[in-house]
Amino acid sequence: MNALARRRYSKSAPLLLVFALLAALTVIGVVASPSQAEVATASSDDIAAGEKLFAANCASCHGLDGQGQDGVAPSLVGVGAAAVDFQVGTGRMPMQASGPQAQAKKPQFAQEQINQLAAWVASLGAGPAVPTAEMVDPALGDAANGMQLFRTNCAMCHGSVGGGGALTQGKFAPNLWETTPTHIYEAMLVGPQSMPVFNDANITPEHKRDIIAYLKAQDDGSPGGLRLGTIGPVAEGLWGWLIALGIIIASTVWIGARSS
Amino acid sequence: MSTTDQSPGMASDTFEDPGVPTHHRPRLADNDPKAAKRAERQVAALFGISALGTVLAIWAYFTQDIDAADVATIRQANLLIGLGICLAMMGIGLGAIHWAKTLMRDHEMVEERHAMRSSDETRAAAIQDLKDGAADSGIGVGRRGLLKGSLITALAIAPLSLLVPQIGSMGAPWNVDQFRHTMWRAGMRLTRDPDGSPIKAADVTIGSVFHVIPDGLYEESHPLEEKAKAVVLLIRLDPRDLNIRPGRETWSFDGIVAYSKICTHVGCPVALYEQQTHHLLCPCHQSTFDVANGCKVVFGPAKRPLPQLPIAVDDEGYIIAQRDFEEPIGPSYWDRLKGTPFTEEGGE
Repeated sequence: MNALARRRYSKSAPLLLVFALLAALTVIGVVASPSQAEVATASSDDIAAGEKLFAANCASCHGLDGQGQDGVAPSLVGVGAAAVDFQVGTGRMPMQASGPQAQAKKPQFAQEQINQLAAWVASLGAGPAVPTAEMVDPALGDAANGMQLFRTNCAMCHGSVGGGGALTQGKFAPNLWETTPTHIYEAMLVGPQSMPVFNDANITPEHKRDIIAYLKAQDDGSPGGLRLGTIGPVAEGLWGWLIALGIIIASTVWIGARSS
Repeated sequence: MSTTDQSPGMASDTFEDPGVPTHHRPRLADNDPKAAKRAERQVAALFGISALGTVLAIWAYFTQDIDAADVATIRQANLLIGLGICLAMMGIGLGAIHWAKTLMRDHEMVEERHAMRSSDETRAAAIQDLKDGAADSGIGVGRRGLLKGSLITALAIAPLSLLVPQIGSMGAPWNVDQFRHTMWRAGMRLTRDPDGSPIKAADVTIGSVFHVIPDGLYEESHPLEEKAKAVVLLIRLDPRDLNIRPGRETWSFDGIVAYSKICTHVGCPVALYEQQTHHLLCPCHQSTFDVANGCKVVFGPAKRPLPQLPIAVDDEGYIIAQRDFEEPIGPSYWDRLKGTPFTEEGGE
């Protein structure tokens, strides 16, 4: 047995070494790279194109200079590229109807145009940048730690597995299963609409990635079968009382009925 | 009881016993051999479905391998085995009922009800037994006083063996003083839940929410009980939005406020913070607190504002508590304000 184990270890040792090396490099890379990607990648062409797009599509509410209008739209100075990428990338902006909250819909712009808009808004004042692909890669996150963080910071509104839930006066926390990792990261960073801000001092970039890993692990579904909405006891009670009880009553009636 | 005493003659002018209906409507299967055959085949088919379900469940058990890392395989195995068991059980049940309803003898049955009263003989015998027992024990005629006295004593004190331990172990909750204080002390740092790292005032940007536990929580002898009382929500508002209540000018720090997370209604954790309206919603009964106005109640069944934790910043820039809450946190209970300088406040 011992000999067997030794042989197996010696065989996999080089592989382990390679993994360890990769892990070390990843850690160094994460630590060494700035936690927020540089906005410098945006060229002046992008900024100019973004300014045009902004004037044509956003300025009626946010103003030509992005300063906003009292009671109509907030100032965009300092919200950063991340806020633009989230709001426009999820279709929440431009807003098509006023209501309790701006809802996600089909994005109105191509990703390239969103990047141009984001570049221009970011040029108005320093703000959080769009995270890199590596910062939001669920495969690099620790879903177990993400669950702990999610249940402390997010679950009270978004539900324990990200199914969403109701807030006050028609507002609601959306479910997070269809949201892309980048948009989840940006939402934590900027705190869109009713959602509070979870900045990097509160939840570090690594921990944000853990949360994303936890949410993406929910894509596998629930081992028990149908989720019944996962919005808590209301949906589950509805199934229990209306559907299960209905079946029981129907069979009772059938058992007691006379056959023709 | 009284109805059994009524004679049939007295009841005759109320209504007549309708008896068993004289005409009996036969079922299809009673007269039509084809229908009977059809019903028989339906019953057999239901039993057949049951047998197939059994085979399905056993087949699924042996063929559907579960890979613990792949939820889809667990779900599929559960689905197929469960479906098999469901068909197996339901097929038998439906078949048996259908059989009874269509093919088994269809005749009305009458089950007579009898008076509940025992016969006079039985009653007399029972009373005689009691009398004999009493005479044997000697209770009635004053003999054996020692036995009588000791039995009464034993019966009287026996319930104490159950009651004393039960009331005794309720001792802790009777002590309402433990609700009056949390583990917050002057100078104690506010730390992040769950990792316990301290929070710098500069970390709490406007619109941020930190879920806070006291520093050193996990060194306490009952960390969960302490946590249940001491959890705090740390929020930063634009100082221009914050209406500080009179007497609390020094309780916040540049728009950073700390409030108990325990609802004053029935003690749920209130943590649904809406950044734009500054409303804090309790998920249990929709009590809504306005953080910008001292967490006063703006909606729902809660009666009092959430207690505020006075905070300050230490030399290293970390947020610390000035002292414990000034009023008991959480729902109301008797003697809540006894011995506190606080007066009852409405949530209007």
